[in-house]
Formats: sequence, structure tokens, C-alpha cells
Amino acid sequence: MRNPDAAHAARPFALTGCIELREILGRRARDERELMEEIEQAPAESIYYHTDSVFLRRPLVASAYPNDFATWVATQIRDQVLAERLGMVDPFLLGNVEDLREALLSLLDDHLEHLNPVPRVVFGDPFFFVRSHLIEIPTGLAASTLPALRAALAEVDVSAIYLHALDARSRRGIPGGQIAQWIGEELGLDALAEQVGKLNPYVGGLERLREQMLALLDAELGAAPAHGGDR
Amino acid sequence: MTESALSIESYRDVAPRGAVDFLLQLAERARGRRFVHVNSTRVGGGVAEILRRLVPLMSEVGVKAEWEVIKGDPDFFAVTKAFHNALQGYDQVFTDALLQHYLEINRSNAERLDLSGDLVLIHDPQPAALIERRPAEGRWVWRCHIDLSTPQRRAWSFLRRHVLRYDAAIFSLPAFAQQLPIPQFLVYPSIDPLADKNRAMEPAEVSRLLEPLGIPADRPLIVQVSRFDRFKDPVGVIAAYRMLKRYHDAVLVLAGGGADDDPEGARVLADVREAAAQDSDIHILDLPPDAHLTINALQHAATIVLQKSTREGFGLTVAEAMWKGKPVIGGATGGITAQIIPGVTGYAVSSVEGAAHWMRHLLAHPEAAARMGEAGRENVRQNFLITRQLREYLSIMVHLTA
Repeated sequence: MRNPDAAHAARPFALTGCIELREILGRRARDERELMEEIEQAPAESIYYHTDSVFLRRPLVASAYPNDFATWVATQIRDQVLAERLGMVDPFLLGNVEDLREALLSLLDDHLEHLNPVPRVVFGDPFFFVRSHLIEIPTGLAASTLPALRAALAEVDVSAIYLHALDARSRRGIPGGQIAQWIGEELGLDALAEQVGKLNPYVGGLERLREQMLALLDAELGAAPAHGGDR
Repeated sequence: MTESALSIESYRDVAPRGAVDFLLQLAERARGRRFVHVNSTRVGGGVAEILRRLVPLMSEVGVKAEWEVIKGDPDFFAVTKAFHNALQGYDQVFTDALLQHYLEINRSNAERLDLSGDLVLIHDPQPAALIERRPAEGRWVWRCHIDLSTPQRRAWSFLRRHVLRYDAAIFSLPAFAQQLPIPQFLVYPSIDPLADKNRAMEPAEVSRLLEPLGIPADRPLIVQVSRFDRFKDPVGVIAAYRMLKRYHDAVLVLAGGGADDDPEGARVLADVREAAAQDSDIHILDLPPDAHLTINALQHAATIVLQKSTREGFGLTVAEAMWKGKPVIGGATGGITAQIIPGVTGYAVSSVEGAAHWMRHLLAHPEAAARMGEAGRENVRQNFLITRQLREYLSIMVHLTA
């Protein structure tokens, strides 16, 4: 078994953060059928904005539903059944935006098949489609060892956690994310890599995910538990 | 340290972890580039308030930030005031002569001001026509701070032909965007957590500031801070409070301004006083525009903060209240719904009864109210602080000038 303190990577892990520029597309939906039609036609970066990158905008405080489609259906249309079903569509398990789009469309199509008339907004707001432009910025932090990775993860802007742990799963097709991949491939700590890769993102935001990651690294390093998240 | 002397380092304790360092990394990409803001006033109003802090911060992180202000005569500001109202959906009449005057004033300002920059950000309609004289170099972006969701057609048609010549536009909400062939970005406005209106306050300071107002401190305090304006529904707040009083002995404060120089505001204030009907537990405060510390103290002292608007631009009083750790009940309209996470940081309501219901619920469940307050503060930390707005403006510069 490798000593986690001593393991040294040939390729350092450079942490990159991101900023999301939001572009309003001018497309909107007022009922569930329009929502389905717009999801079918929207750019991939818009589907991404309303599902994956919701995590980037809610790093500490989680809404009742994890994506904008479910939240809108619940709060504006007030169709709880559809909201619950949309809320369980997981972009991080599907691995790419087109599969995610297809999952959303299938679900909406199935739901609408049993409804007449189509539920629509009466008192609330339409759904506005927005597109994400993700700008990646190196944070200047890098790690070659597990202690150094632990220190960098503890202080880095939370957008880097998003980019490496979640965005890597859904847009780069890396099932456990880049942090787990690096721990396994570069440090040879396969068991830890598997644990980090299996962390549940639906725990209440990215800061909670960071806390859980730090706790796993601390356990591996035999250190005291981390105090991440709370200021 | 005085407000004006605050540096980016001062924000480390209030911004999200790692955010200031990340901002400095981002700023390296924009270092040395010239970022010019143009608006119509250096004093008064939300835009000037935020630019006063944002421009020095931009300079400090290495951007050549400039803030230019256009000059105009009373006729110019009369037409831009009418524009402002018409673009927000109110009926206004424009003569061709007035529109021509608006263009002439913009042309004379274009001659006077240094408008060369890598990014020129024109705030609101007043200086929008400066685009006629844009230099060959640099990107120009129109920043719209007002609610454009239902503009009067003639006013928007006139303005639109200028907006079309920009490289991009920025709106505060998706509902305010228009059909335009240029990119339209979404940037929420922000609060300055270190300004007098939002800085931390000890209980003793809160008591000292509120004591002269005669507000009792021995019962739950319900607070709404907003101009005396019908769309803020202050009379609806009183109706909701009366429903609440059947169950909880609470005190209501309606704090606002705008009644001195606005006849409509004075009428609304009179209606509010009539609705309060000498109830000694309803405190109506007509505050001057610079009563930032008093407003801060009221929000700190509040048990629940209301913003029961029936129509709203963005409604940053919601973020201000959440920053003080208060649960917020707001009208389900405009930017209020972008700030409140229902059931997590507060509630968005569509009726007097809805406001009363959730007030009653929160007073009966103080532990839930406290959790919501904490969640609200974190939501503001992540999404509605000036450091986030600075980050987005810089990233727009990086994106458009790459």
C-alpha cells in the first residue's frame, strides 16, 4: 500500500476555476409543451446552464429541486409530479448534454401524453432560456502530493471544485471527475480515488462537496477533520 | 477605515472563500486595458452608488478604469426622465424637438468626453446615443439597469436603433431583455457589504440608532424598506400585518422615502398613514435618502423583512436583508424571485394572505427562520456581492476583447 504522504505525482494537478457568463437567448416557454419544444431546439449550452451549472450558482444553498426546469415547473406551473420527475434527471450520470436533452424530452413527452389540457403558467413567470459561456481561469494553485492537494482544495475558489469534480463528469465524460482521476492515476491511491469519484453532489451545494472531499483526504492523511464550508 | 479607502483586501472576510484571489487571477487577463464607465450622475441613485466603489476596485486590480459623466440641461433630463418612465411601461409623450435635443446633448458630450477604451460600458438610456460617435477601436456595451419588460413602443423604437449599434447589451433579468441581434448578457446588480447600508453592526449600535425612532425592542419586528410607491404595496403590507396580529403580538415598520419630491409618493404616504389608522404598533418612517445607517439598523433589528412588491425592477432590498441574516417574504415579481429561494431563504408570495401566512409560520418557527436567515446570507455572499459583479464585468471584458 502506498504512503499517501509520500506519493508524488509526475504531473502536478493544476487547479482551474471558471466564471460563467450568462447570455439571455430571448426564448421562453409558458406551458409544458412549449418547454418541451424549446428544450428540443435550445443550444447545448442552454441545456447545460439550466441543469449542470445550477450547481455553480448555488454553491452553498441548495434549492428544493436541482435544476431550473424542475424549479420552474414546481413554482410557476405548480405541477409537482413533473417537477419531481425532472428533479431526478442527473446530468452527472449521463455524461453529455445531448443524452441529457433526450432524457428531458422523453420524460416531458411521456408526462404530456397523459395530460389534457397542457398545464401552463397562470400567475407566474415564463421560463426564460439562458446560455452559459464558461470562461476558465487558472487559479495559480497546483499540487504534486496529497497534502498539497488538500491545502489547495481548502482555499481555492469553489468554481474550481465545480469544474474538476462535476463539469468533468458531464462535459468531459470522466465518470469520477478529474480530482479522483488524478489521485488514482498520479498518486496511485486507487481506493481514495474511488471514494472521491463517488461523492454525491446532491448534498447541499459545492461547499458541502468540498467539505466531504477534504474529510476523505484528511482520513487518508490521518489528520484532524477538516473544517470546510462554514465561514 | 473610511468607506472610500476600502481596498479589495477588505473584502476577503466577506466574499466567498478563494474569491478575491480568483478575482486577482482573472484581473491579470485584463491588466492595463482601459474600461470606461459612462452614466449621467456621480451622486444619487443605485448606479452611481455602485460605481463609486466598483471603479476604484477595478483600478486597484490593474485595469485602467475610468468613470465619465455626461452633462445636460433641464430639458435633457426632463426627456431622459420621460424615457425612463416610458421604457418601464408608463405613458409619456415625446415631441420630435425633445428627441432631437436628447441627441444634440449626447453629441456635445461625445465631443467633450474621452470615450476611447478597450471596453466602454454605457449605463442606462441617458448616454445611449453616444454610440453615434464611437471611435473605431474598442468594444461598446449598453448596460440597462431598468425594467424593460413592457416598454412604451415609441420610446423603445427610438432607443433601439442606438442599442443595435452596440457590440452587446447587459440586463439585470431575462424578462427585461428584448429581441435584438446582439448578444444580451445577464448580470445581476449587487450590494456592497462594507457600505454603511450593509456593514456589520453590534446590537448596541442598532439600539442607539433605533432608540430615537421609538421602536419597541421587546416584540417581533416586521420591516419593509422601500419608497412610498404603490408597486411596493405598503397598504397590502399593513393588511397582512393586521391578519398576523390575530396570532402574534408583533410590531410593523414601514420605512421609505420619496414622498418629498414626488407628488405620487406623497399620496401613497397619505394612504399608508390612513391605513395605519393611528395603530401605535405601526411605525411609518419617511427617511431622507442618506439614512443608510438607520436602514441598516432596521434590517438588523428585524425578525422578518418584507418586500411585498406587486411590480419590481430588481429589488436589492431583498439582498440587503438576507445579508443581515433575515428571512425575507417578497412579492413574486421581478428580481425578487431571482433572489429568494422559496422555502430555503424565504418565500415569494402573490397575495396579502400569502404574506400573512408565511409571517405567521416564521414567527411560530423561529428555528426555521434562523436557518433561512443563514441560508439567505450565504446566498447573497455567493451571488449578490459587489465582488461577484466586478468578476462578471471583468469577464465580459475578457470575453469581448480577447
